[in-house]
Amino acid sequence: MIKRALLLVAVVPLLACGGSGTSPCAVLTACGAGAPTPVTVFAAASLQPPFDKIAKQLQLRENITTTFSYEGTQTLLAQLKQGAPADVFASADAAHMTAAQGAGLIAGTPKVFAHNRLEIAVEKGNPKGIHSLSDLSRAGLVVVLADPSVPAGKYAQQALAAAKVTVHPASLEPQVTGVLSKVALGEADAGIVYVSDVVSSGKVDGVPIPDDQNVVADYLIATLKNASNATAADDFINFVLSADGQAILKTAGFEGV
Amino acid sequence: MSRARVPLTLGVLAGAGLLLFLLPLLGLVVRAPWGQLGAALVAPATSTALTLSLVCSLLATAASLVMGIPLALVLSRTTGVTRRLLRALTTLPMVLPPVVGGVALLLAFGRRGLVGEALNQAFGLQIPFTTAAAVMAETFVAMPFLVITVEGGLRSLDPRFEEAARALGGTSWMVFLRVTVPLLRPAIFSGAVLCWARALGEFGATIAFAGNFPGRTQTVPLAVYLALETSGPEGAIVLSLILLVVSVAILVGLRDRWLGTP
Repeated sequence: MIKRALLLVAVVPLLACGGSGTSPCAVLTACGAGAPTPVTVFAAASLQPPFDKIAKQLQLRENITTTFSYEGTQTLLAQLKQGAPADVFASADAAHMTAAQGAGLIAGTPKVFAHNRLEIAVEKGNPKGIHSLSDLSRAGLVVVLADPSVPAGKYAQQALAAAKVTVHPASLEPQVTGVLSKVALGEADAGIVYVSDVVSSGKVDGVPIPDDQNVVADYLIATLKNASNATAADDFINFVLSADGQAILKTAGFEGV
Repeated sequence: MSRARVPLTLGVLAGAGLLLFLLPLLGLVVRAPWGQLGAALVAPATSTALTLSLVCSLLATAASLVMGIPLALVLSRTTGVTRRLLRALTTLPMVLPPVVGGVALLLAFGRRGLVGEALNQAFGLQIPFTTAAAVMAETFVAMPFLVITVEGGLRSLDPRFEEAARALGGTSWMVFLRVTVPLLRPAIFSGAVLCWARALGEFGATIAFAGNFPGRTQTVPLAVYLALETSGPEGAIVLSLILLVVSVAILVGLRDRWLGTP
């Protein structure tokens, strides 16, 4: 008898999530007429501030409830390849979107929806007087960069090469947020991050990098092939590309398209 | 033959538990690009990370032994509120998300930290982004495992041995070294193993406090994380398997030497 009860306990939860097409209505109680349409967005971590605002607008206007997974683009792509359920993919560079297309994950054509540039993040008030990339090679300065294998780090290397500057970083962070937090905590004197990071952080100052040394990152967005709600996914993407969506992105430090 | 039989239900549950460990391990072994293993082993990047991992984790274990055994002794000799307070403090790093632990270490020992600022001004000392920081981060997260295990050993110790030693005129220091520590050998060993294993796998506190730089602070878990993010799972699996094999080899070797019997 006890054995049978144990078996039941073990099997019931498996059954509950066994059906692949189970809608959230099966678990949520507040389902009925006028229920919000759910959409799941896998977005590059740097997009969190503007996308959270976009989701709020979309909830008000179209009754669409957005669930986000914010991670490094590489992590998101790996999760999607392993079958993570999502409707929209927003990538921080073209390479990963191309890879997603190659893996047969994308429906339709991805669209560029924003650009981002690099900036030098320094402590508030810029106490070390850093005004250009060449200042980063100064002795005694603690400089932190993103690892060259992640997009932000790759772009930083390109910018430093264009400026013909050699720096000796104290750390190569696996995420651009690591660079930002170390400057914000005062443990690093400077780091190279995206303009949008400086805007969203609010705890560091940004020193602009001139255009001839700077790198422009493209952000792409697309509906996923196995989207459970392709219409809502398209609604989300259309709003991101609309004038209102673009305005939100610009406020967050991105450049529109 | 007279060994007690395990009830069937418990056997089934134990099997489920084992499967939870076994299947992911099997996944690693099956998906491992065995052809790349040889090349990865001799790659300078691998040996750099592996050496650093071993050095840092062993130093962290040594530091944990030096501070952790006395801490366990103090814990076992206190009672009531003091004990509960000390215990909560000691186990805090076990429940704290390691990344938060790393940020906390920055706030204490960083250039702007509570203690770090004074150290920086007085001696020009900067701990973050150094190998010392990686060792500190590992000690922070791993030492509780040693303290808890040794404290358990101390509590189950028969106090009569220490009392007899004292009655025979042993000083408290002598009793500790010649009676308590030898009696605690199994607890100290298993505590040190747990501590070392935890230090070896440490990621979050290290990345937050020590950053990531090859040869300085990039231990194997950091290298694995980067490989996973960039070159895909293959590189990460190879590195993880190497770490796994090395640590099992060291454990088996040490165990026989320390405890005599396998």
